[in-house]
Amino acid sequence: MTKIEAVIQNSKLEAVKTALQEIGVEGMTVIEVRGHGRQKGHTEVYRGREYSVDLIPKTKIEMVLPDALVEKAEQAILNAARTGKIGDGKIFRSRIDEAIRIRNDERGEGAL
Amino acid sequence: MARGMQVPPLGEPHSVSIGKKLITGLVSAVLTLIFAQTISAQTPSPSPAADVNSRLARLEQQAAEAKSSADNAWMLTSAALVLMMTGPGLALFYGGLVRKKNVLGTMMQSLALMAVITICWGLFSYSLSFGAGNSFMGGLQNVFLKGVGSAPDADYAATIPAQTFMVYQLMFAIITPALIAGAFAERMKFSAMLALTVLWSIIVYDPMAHMVWGKGGLLNASLSGRFPTLDFAGGTVVHVTSGVSALVCALYLGKRLGYPKESMPPHSVVLSFIGACMLWVGWFGFNAGSALGAGSLATSAFVATHFAAAAATIGWAGAEWIRNGKPSVLGGISGAVAGLVAITPAAGFVKPMPALLIGLLAGIFCYLMVAKVKAKVGYDDSLDAFGVHGAGGTLGALLTGVFAVRAVNPIFKDSQGNALPSGLIEGNAHQLLNQLVGVAIAWVIAIVGTVLILKLVDVTIGLRVSEEEEVQGLDLSQHGEEGYYWEASA
Repeated sequence: MTKIEAVIQNSKLEAVKTALQEIGVEGMTVIEVRGHGRQKGHTEVYRGREYSVDLIPKTKIEMVLPDALVEKAEQAILNAARTGKIGDGKIFRSRIDEAIRIRNDERGEGAL
Repeated sequence: MARGMQVPPLGEPHSVSIGKKLITGLVSAVLTLIFAQTISAQTPSPSPAADVNSRLARLEQQAAEAKSSADNAWMLTSAALVLMMTGPGLALFYGGLVRKKNVLGTMMQSLALMAVITICWGLFSYSLSFGAGNSFMGGLQNVFLKGVGSAPDADYAATIPAQTFMVYQLMFAIITPALIAGAFAERMKFSAMLALTVLWSIIVYDPMAHMVWGKGGLLNASLSGRFPTLDFAGGTVVHVTSGVSALVCALYLGKRLGYPKESMPPHSVVLSFIGACMLWVGWFGFNAGSALGAGSLATSAFVATHFAAAAATIGWAGAEWIRNGKPSVLGGISGAVAGLVAITPAAGFVKPMPALLIGLLAGIFCYLMVAKVKAKVGYDDSLDAFGVHGAGGTLGALLTGVFAVRAVNPIFKDSQGNALPSGLIEGNAHQLLNQLVGVAIAWVIAIVGTVLILKLVDVTIGLRVSEEEEVQGLDLSQHGEEGYYWEASA
């Protein structure tokens, strides 16, 4: 099993979700996050005082997939989330040892 | 006669109901005629002239009563509008500007004053402000609102009950100390804030209100004071006093922990926006209500108020647009408030075009005070109570001496009752001097009074919350609650 974590632009959530559903991804967890990579933040001015905002609101999608689906899922995210500009986000992949369904103690890929 | 307009019972056919209406109307008209004749036949009428005289007297009385009712309706509405400026207007405006952890503490300051000042006003403050006294302070004859009933006090407002005047003025006494809260936001103990504002109300507000508006007041322009200062709705009494006291508070109290290194942007410009727009609307009660009647002077003040607010919105946001490349929402609403502040003393004295100019100047001037001067001098007037109210109030009070005209409000009259020139543009240069005296007195009383009170509260109760409490926020440390309480719902 593999976990994919994708940090994407907020505005791309719908497109990515749809693309993942189309290739058969059945579950995901979506989190509102803030952060920054190489992208510089922006400045806001309140009554003449400048504030630099370097942690930018992003959306993080987490999903644990059967290994067979991983390449397709990553490609779907790349296609749907890319604008070509700085700030498009990143995808991280990691191994998962076990998955357990709380309802019936089912284990492994069947629990996904 | 109401019978002639009786509504037909439900379900009756239309034509029948019209016919019935006609008949009922006719019958009742005839009956009224007969009845009226019977009455006049019964009334002894010694001579036709006396009859006419008594009818005239009755008519005059009815006209006076009608005017009184109209004025009273507007003044009660105005009083309600001015209360709305404090809660929720100012509470939202200030509440949005602070950090999330202080939103309730900030709003509570407005609410507490709505309660505490009201009680003080009833017990003694009204008397100290508006009772007949010496040049500086009212007497004690109206304590516990003695003698403040339904009969008008002709010195102040001849057509409304004295009690209406009292409650209208109360709303001003509430919002004035509430404005100061903008300077000590996010770091003062609630207990200290209560002591400070109550003492301030007695030592600074009441005397200033008495001097400018009270019987025998030193600066009263309509009751022939020594230095007649034109202050229609409280440029000196409300805004200069509160704004200057705010600066004193900010300097005395010191900066918030982490200021100016840490970023402390407003936690919700949305709340501030709603609050500012409520202030704008409430200000019609504040300024147009200060005509103390529903006549054309109220209209004039209403129009001047609105025009100044509009121009100041453009002034502040426009200055930002030029300097930063973007006009901000916070700049727009701050500008509106600055314009409303500046037009407050002038509202019932100036024409609409000068009102536009006053507003525009106030918007730009207050922007520079807040964005440039504050940063240079380095005081932490957290929500810019001084930059907006102190600076805007001073500017407005002085410009009132420039643009006041007798066509709007013939306040100065010679012995024959002819209107004399009001402001500088009518050739009365001396008025500018009077305005300066009024402003100077407001500054001095605000500085001296506030320093004394701050010292007193500092050594007795202590002014600031502890460092831990400041980090935790006023909501939790002072009130034991949170403005935004998030917990996954079950």
